[in-house]
Amino acid sequence: MPTDNQITLELKRQEFSLEVDIHLPPQGITAVFGASGSGKTSLLRCVAGLERPGQGFVRMGGEVWQDAGVFLPTWQRPLGYVFQEASLFEHLTVKGNLQFGLRRSKQQQAGQQNLQQAIELLGIGHLLERRVQDLSGGERQRVAIASALALQPRVLLLDEPLAALDAARRQDILPWLERLRDEVHIPMLYVTHALEEVVRLADHLLVLENGRLADSGPVAQVLGRSAAGAASGEDRGVLLHAAVQEFDPTWHLMRVGFPGGSLWVKDKALALGAPVRIRVLARDISLAVGPPPVSSIQNLLAVTVLEMMPDTHPSQCLVRLSCGNTGETSVLWARITARAAHALGLQAGMPAWAQVKAAALVGA
Amino acid sequence: MLSPQDWMAIGLTLRLAAISTLVLLLIASPLAWWLARSRSPWRAPVAALTSLPLVLPPTVLGFYLLVTLGPEGPLGHLTLLLGLGTLPFSFAGLVVGSVVYSLPFAVQPLLHAFQNMGNRPLELAATLRASPLDAFFTVALPLAWPGFVSAAVLSFAHTIGEFGMVLMMGGNIPGQTQVLSTQIYGHVEAMAYSQAHTLAAGMLVFSFVVLLGLNLLQKRGLRMGS
Repeated sequence: MPTDNQITLELKRQEFSLEVDIHLPPQGITAVFGASGSGKTSLLRCVAGLERPGQGFVRMGGEVWQDAGVFLPTWQRPLGYVFQEASLFEHLTVKGNLQFGLRRSKQQQAGQQNLQQAIELLGIGHLLERRVQDLSGGERQRVAIASALALQPRVLLLDEPLAALDAARRQDILPWLERLRDEVHIPMLYVTHALEEVVRLADHLLVLENGRLADSGPVAQVLGRSAAGAASGEDRGVLLHAAVQEFDPTWHLMRVGFPGGSLWVKDKALALGAPVRIRVLARDISLAVGPPPVSSIQNLLAVTVLEMMPDTHPSQCLVRLSCGNTGETSVLWARITARAAHALGLQAGMPAWAQVKAAALVGA
Repeated sequence: MLSPQDWMAIGLTLRLAAISTLVLLLIASPLAWWLARSRSPWRAPVAALTSLPLVLPPTVLGFYLLVTLGPEGPLGHLTLLLGLGTLPFSFAGLVVGSVVYSLPFAVQPLLHAFQNMGNRPLELAATLRASPLDAFFTVALPLAWPGFVSAAVLSFAHTIGEFGMVLMMGGNIPGQTQVLSTQIYGHVEAMAYSQAHTLAAGMLVFSFVVLLGLNLLQKRGLRMGS
């Protein structure tokens, strides 16, 4: 089915090939997730025209950038690109960097307004007169994003924008990226190998493996599917799109509801009804059968076993669960020992109790 | 202390160095840019050709320039046809000779500057709507400025110190092709050692000051860049 934002590429390099066919939703962050060497950055560079694939079809916002006999050079593509190393022009001030693209843009007036919005969106108003050498890594990256945004690109391409930052700086910049996602209505391709960024920021997820698309779809769906791909090992878990339903001020807790269930988590002073993202790891769920168990664990969910599969180590097994009965359900993963699964007599279709030991609020 | 002829030689030398430096920067910038970025099979031969003046004795360069630019040479024919006369034994001929002779001193610093800069600033410029030519002038040139300073200073100083090439191409005509180095040679031949001393010591001090200044400037440039 043809869409406005289509990327079909075939890139062959020595010992590496990339072959994808992607359709981007008209807005929101689409994370491109994969190990290093899976072709994530090459994909982004091809879309930008920084690299030239053998065959390809790239259409963004309805405009064809590449096709047989068509190859728009990078500088003529209305895109924004944020490089991993927070690349800025070292010979210009912050202001000079922000103005660089605008001076080459056709709509000066509208452009200046956009820039003002981008400056406010990323909170860099106080940095304008600084030299770029005096900025921190996080500030540099925010300036880089603002200069790309000011040009009103049809698509924003971000190549591991947090990879060069230390953990503390990453935490500083993540809220700005959330704002970007919620307030800028263009498609964004966000390359990363950090699941933390995927669960916090992404609306959609593309999983790349050896230059091929292993899985794609809405982020919660992809993480809940049985194909390991996106998140295996210790990272195995699900993402739940939930909303704040109730507060328990005595114990500083709040209840967040998601399709098919709800969980008590730490009260983070949010408004009633506020959307939240909840991450529940497979290792944080244990299972019980029979009458509801009495335990210190507050979050007990009635679930149905969907399937069981061996984990990477033979002593462990993964159980895919469905939470909720009719209509709205959510998928959960539990990691238990194979012996426990045997002792409980678990099998597909069986009802069980999922005891959730920890659920992390990973973003709004 | 200095004779009028000495002063004339000094003036001519400075004029020659200034003009040669200007011409060199104009030629060397696109050449170094191409050498830094080209993947053409011609890159290696052109790079070797550009470096030749580093290893060849100036007399060899001067000899071939004399032959090709002389009235019987192919380029000499051309300049005669164009009504320019022949270049050897004229100031214009000296400029051509100096440009060839000092070419590597202008190209190398620029080449290093362009290579050190890497591809990233240009890619960034392209994603911000700058055409390649635009990016060359607004990004590559400003970022490579320490390279330009080095190239200019080295070309200038190297041209001032040239001797063999001048002797082959220019002879030693006062006011036209008699530069400092040939003037010193003349003084020594005439056993006028004290006059030779004055000029020689002057050049020694000049060269030292130039190189010292360049070193200090590069240090500052590095600090600014980091």
